[in-house]
Amino acid sequence: MPSRSSSVVVRLSETPDSGETAVAALPGDGLREAIVDTLRAALGEQLIDSHLIPTTDLWVRVHRDAWLRTAEVLKGAGFDYFCFLSAIDWMPSPWGRGEDDPNEPPPERSTELQWGYTGGETRFQLLARLNDVDRHVAVTIKADLPDDDLVVQSWVSVFAGANWHERETAEMFGIDFAGHPDLRNMYLPGDFEGHPLRKDFPLLARMVKPWPGIVDVEQMPTADDDETAPGPSADESTGDTAS
Amino acid sequence: MTMLSDRQQLSYIAAQAADARLNVELETEGMTLNIGPQHPATHGTLRIIARLDGEQVVWAEPSCGYMHRGYEKLAEVRTYPQVTTLVNRIDWLGSFANEVPFILAAEQLMEVEAPPRAQWIRTILFELSRIANVSLFLGDLGVQMGAITPVFMAFRDREYVLNLIEGATGGRFHPNFDRIGGLKDDLPAGWVDETRQVMRKLRNFCDEIEDLLFGNEIFQSRMRGIGVIPADVARQYGLSGANLRAAGVDWDLRRDQEIALAYDQVDFKVWTHPDGDCFARCWVRLQETREATKIVDQLLDGLPPGPIMAKVPRIIKVPAGEAWVSTENPLGEMGYYVVSQGDLGPFRVKIRSASFNNISVVPWVLRGVYVPDIITILASLYFILGDIDR
Repeated sequence: MPSRSSSVVVRLSETPDSGETAVAALPGDGLREAIVDTLRAALGEQLIDSHLIPTTDLWVRVHRDAWLRTAEVLKGAGFDYFCFLSAIDWMPSPWGRGEDDPNEPPPERSTELQWGYTGGETRFQLLARLNDVDRHVAVTIKADLPDDDLVVQSWVSVFAGANWHERETAEMFGIDFAGHPDLRNMYLPGDFEGHPLRKDFPLLARMVKPWPGIVDVEQMPTADDDETAPGPSADESTGDTAS
Repeated sequence: MTMLSDRQQLSYIAAQAADARLNVELETEGMTLNIGPQHPATHGTLRIIARLDGEQVVWAEPSCGYMHRGYEKLAEVRTYPQVTTLVNRIDWLGSFANEVPFILAAEQLMEVEAPPRAQWIRTILFELSRIANVSLFLGDLGVQMGAITPVFMAFRDREYVLNLIEGATGGRFHPNFDRIGGLKDDLPAGWVDETRQVMRKLRNFCDEIEDLLFGNEIFQSRMRGIGVIPADVARQYGLSGANLRAAGVDWDLRRDQEIALAYDQVDFKVWTHPDGDCFARCWVRLQETREATKIVDQLLDGLPPGPIMAKVPRIIKVPAGEAWVSTENPLGEMGYYVVSQGDLGPFRVKIRSASFNNISVVPWVLRGVYVPDIITILASLYFILGDIDR
């Protein structure tokens, strides 16, 4: 056994070098606002909107044509850490959560698109995040893609790490990245049809057999009748579905 | 993809020149080497296709997807509390750490904060996951180089940590213990004292590994100067965790963000290494394991009393909004981008797992290396297959 005094907890404030590596203070919102100003100066009208949640996070939405330029500007401004790139399909799923009772008529579902922070105009929205690891601040970038022209410039020339993320986004959402060196499928077989993360791609596990939760005997409590016991009607519906 | 470090370029040119001289008498033939999907060095189902010229890799490409489970799609048909069951299985060696950022993202959207005791216990379990995860890495490292002994020690000592996790949560590998607003249960009696003893054992384990492996000349010659990833490349590829810190970038999400965990209550050092090679990555992980045991000790000393669950409704509906929360997981930055539309379940969850980015640098770093170094580099980058494929 090594005879080191390893069981003694060394308080790190006592180590000599803890003073010299001064840690940068956490970013204020001033820094985040400065980033928006930098982007606005570089992109002008193509910076569509920005959203700041104080002390938490920053979102910007840019025009699709400025997608690559945004990456270049942000990289120049110190955001040289590539976090992730993906997309969002804002269309509500036609199947909800896949928990419909097959014996009931399908419920009416809203088909209205409801966007998140910084708004949106189209169904598909690109989503990426860049960090500044020295100043400990990050920004989430969004861009709308028109349904009939799902193409955007690739980030690979700016961030080599975007390569795999763009491949994943391409196969999962069917978005084409112009200038990507090798847009093969990442996970799915090469001849797979469809784009699984689109909302209109059915989750087969929920389609081939009814969701077992719909025959659950215990009713979900609601806000006002918290004490209601599970009613007998739930048991009846179990029998119906089983027969 | 054409970035090559000077060292890589030189070694490649030198090898080409040597081959050209040899080719007068000896023709070297290109060949494609297929490593995996079932190969011990990939510990999982990762397949590496490497085109070789003699003993040197000209081109290499990992082929993922043998374990893709589609959690991003599955999360869309589940309620918020159900999602933790899925995300447990992303990095299966440090499962609890996967739950925390998702729960924190949901809490951020709901504007709920867990009570202090829950935050402290979360942080303790988070660090225990790190210790369980990385101690296995330290043992496995030896196996990759042909040293069998360390892995037995790693399995032995990881067992103590898993017992602790099981004692507190009921699950050895998949705790599913974190809840929106707090934790499922409080700690069992006697757990704190036992944890202190185990942390001592784990520090001894780190010392043993340091003596056995890191001081070993063969180990060092297999590791030093191999698979160098400079800081700018590491940032471009989004490497995180020890892989990034071993490239000299001082960035640790435990320290460098405001997060509802107890890291601001403890005193710990973020270890970095300037070299960026395989040795640096492994060395940083060793230091981090030791540091994690000290973090756990400090947290146990100051564990506050009080409730472990905030007041949350029985049926959890998360208000509309978007949240990004990432934490410093054993493998690196693990984050969830959660989009909520005021429903019982999330509208979209983007899972940013550490290994996916960490492994995406493989085609770059493997170019120009020799075949035995493939194994060393893969081992030192440290990935979990579930964390790549999600």
